[in-house]
Amino acid sequence: MLGKTAGGLFWMFRFLERSENTARLLDAGFRIALTRSTAAENEWASVVATAGVTQPYTDKYDQYVARHVIDFLLRDKTNPSSVWSVIDAARNNARMVRTALTREVWEATNECWITLKDLLSSPISERDLPEVLGTIRQQSALVRGALHGTMLRNDIFDFARLGTFLERADNTARILDVKYYVLLPSASFVGSSLDNVQWESILRSVSAQRAFRWLNPGEINPMSIAEFIILDRRLPRSLVFCYSKIVDNLGYLEEDYGLRLDCHEMAVPILKRLKESSINSIFDEGLHEFLSAFIRDNMALGQQVEQDYRFIG
Amino acid sequence: MQKTQNVFDEMNGEAGDVRYPYQEYQKWLETEDPARLHRKSAASEAFFRRTGITFNVYGREEAAERLIPFDIVPRVISGREWARLERGIEQRVRAINAFLHDIYHRQEILRAGRIPRELIANNEAFLPQMIGVSPPGGVYTHIVGTDLVRTGEDDFYVLEDNARTPSGVSYMLENRETMLHMFPELFAKVKVRSVSDYPKSLRRSLGDCAPPACEGKPVVAVLTPGIHNSAYFEHSFLADQMGAELVEGHDLRVVDGRIAMRTTRGYDPIDVLYRRVDDDFLDPLTFNPQSQLGVAGIMDVYRAGGITIANAPGTGIADDKAIYSYIPDIVEFYTGEKAMLKNVPTWRCAEPDALAYVLDNLEELVVKEVHGSGGYGMLVGPAASKREISKFRTKLKAKPGNYIAQPTLALSTCPILTKKGLAPRHVDLRPFVLVSPRRIDITPGGLTRVALKAGSLVVNSSQGGGTKDTWVLEE
Repeated sequence: MLGKTAGGLFWMFRFLERSENTARLLDAGFRIALTRSTAAENEWASVVATAGVTQPYTDKYDQYVARHVIDFLLRDKTNPSSVWSVIDAARNNARMVRTALTREVWEATNECWITLKDLLSSPISERDLPEVLGTIRQQSALVRGALHGTMLRNDIFDFARLGTFLERADNTARILDVKYYVLLPSASFVGSSLDNVQWESILRSVSAQRAFRWLNPGEINPMSIAEFIILDRRLPRSLVFCYSKIVDNLGYLEEDYGLRLDCHEMAVPILKRLKESSINSIFDEGLHEFLSAFIRDNMALGQQVEQDYRFIG
Repeated sequence: MQKTQNVFDEMNGEAGDVRYPYQEYQKWLETEDPARLHRKSAASEAFFRRTGITFNVYGREEAAERLIPFDIVPRVISGREWARLERGIEQRVRAINAFLHDIYHRQEILRAGRIPRELIANNEAFLPQMIGVSPPGGVYTHIVGTDLVRTGEDDFYVLEDNARTPSGVSYMLENRETMLHMFPELFAKVKVRSVSDYPKSLRRSLGDCAPPACEGKPVVAVLTPGIHNSAYFEHSFLADQMGAELVEGHDLRVVDGRIAMRTTRGYDPIDVLYRRVDDDFLDPLTFNPQSQLGVAGIMDVYRAGGITIANAPGTGIADDKAIYSYIPDIVEFYTGEKAMLKNVPTWRCAEPDALAYVLDNLEELVVKEVHGSGGYGMLVGPAASKREISKFRTKLKAKPGNYIAQPTLALSTCPILTKKGLAPRHVDLRPFVLVSPRRIDITPGGLTRVALKAGSLVVNSSQGGGTKDTWVLEE
């Protein structure tokens, strides 16, 4: 496979994953803003921070208000991480690697682009937001479904999955990092009514609120939420889950090519550290420090994969 | 159905009776509900859009991707008509390959005085770098698209021999796919010759021209300028259908005397490069030094037998519009036979008498730039305004050698589906020819391009033309 094709696939699936994550972030933020108007401005600021676009946002707007945040994260062409920007970039990558995709995956991607191009052609009112976010999630699910249903399980698939899970791990870690103060055990926790809506929002941002309640009936506390999202091997957006998949996919590539590369040496210890951590040890180290280190390692691994498999010449 | 005067309609002929090749189709059409046809027409557009069969229009920022309009009424050619065309095309393509070999070697045709020397010597399409180079298998034009027009029952003319990198074959294939999808019952009634083997034949044909350095099964790759090229869809489509890699210049480099592509495991050599990049951009060391689209050093590798480039560099000298008028002589010179397919009468504006005639008759002529393509920069006299003609006159006087002129042919028409029902529109035809050392394959039919505006003679997709499925009947 061409190095360029591997890179195109990797980024195509990173972008698709990002579009879905942004939609989920907005969904969670919107819910808080609706239910607690006093916290709205903070909530929108943290949504923008989690999406990693605080700088370009504040260059453009003075205030965190729903209308601007929604527009910036969904439609703004000057925001390289807006849903429209990443869907457009994903499709451009898909065009570039079209020979590596099945007709079904290509058509689902193209359909997604056509649908969102139409949907995001004019500003989205708050009234229409839930439906628009639903469509975004649904469209990216269709692409994923086509991928799983029709693609050969070979190196093409491995690069697509690596992109997905590196992006997802980054996203999950950012959500936690931006909200880590909400989860920190503090004096006010004992006996006071801590911000349940904030916790709920974290779970909602990773589509895990129902799973969490189902696994932890009647019991909700910040530490168990952090534990769930970082360390639970069953949750498809947890850090440990993402890294199991990354190590698996890198392993398939190693086996397939008969080549063990630097990226393999880097990924295995990250997973090992996650597996050996307990939530207590993470809090002892400091949640923010732990997450910052993770985000750095994750980014470095992405760059190593890019280099080892010759994405660019 | 309305009817234009003195124009040959391929469905209804001149007399207004349905012509033989269309009889089965007509029977089917009579039983069809017009509303259903319109629904199918809309569905076919949705199908093209979903599949992403688009082309890019240059010079527009937004919405640069457009669909080429597809018309659901097929253009039908009888088996007998096709057999005749096929023989004529094959003869012409053989002669063109012989001409290219000759012109880059001994130049017998110039010595014999059949073509003026200056026409070659001063021609940008002639590449001195190809002198004395023999391409693998002796094939220059691996892929040719011979543009044909028709003016009557037995009158076909060759409009252009596209011997560089003709495009459009993906539309030929997708048009048929669409028709099969939309009207399966029709194909049960009418026996149409299949076109679906084209990618397989292309792969085999290219493989048969593998270079001396090739070991084992030839590795074929398609070289594209990238996703912003107007024909990118076709490049990826053909690579996909052939099971070949789709590469760009920056994926390639010279490694151990071969052209190699950067893969996830290292650099792998390529044997045959089906390039959809113009000669000028192929090698910055040999041609345009600014080019980012080619591979530095590929011409040296080529000359040393390390790679096959399809089509060979320098084939443009054969489809140059100034050479065009000499093709009947070329056919005779190399085959010893009269050309079976006619040329459109052509005035070479470089010649003073011809120029005088052309200037006097601009209102009636089609004037083309010698190096132009895609319908850009041409004048269609009868359709042009006084002002356009006078502007063109100035350009023509300034550089007469840049132009040729031809009479405005009464191109045949074929019905298309309009809001008001079927209506005739002018068409042309581009059959696709594959040349290998062993054989010449011509896909039955080709790409029919159709002007969508009533009376318009401009069929180019870049100028708002559409396409049709082209049927050659099994007989």
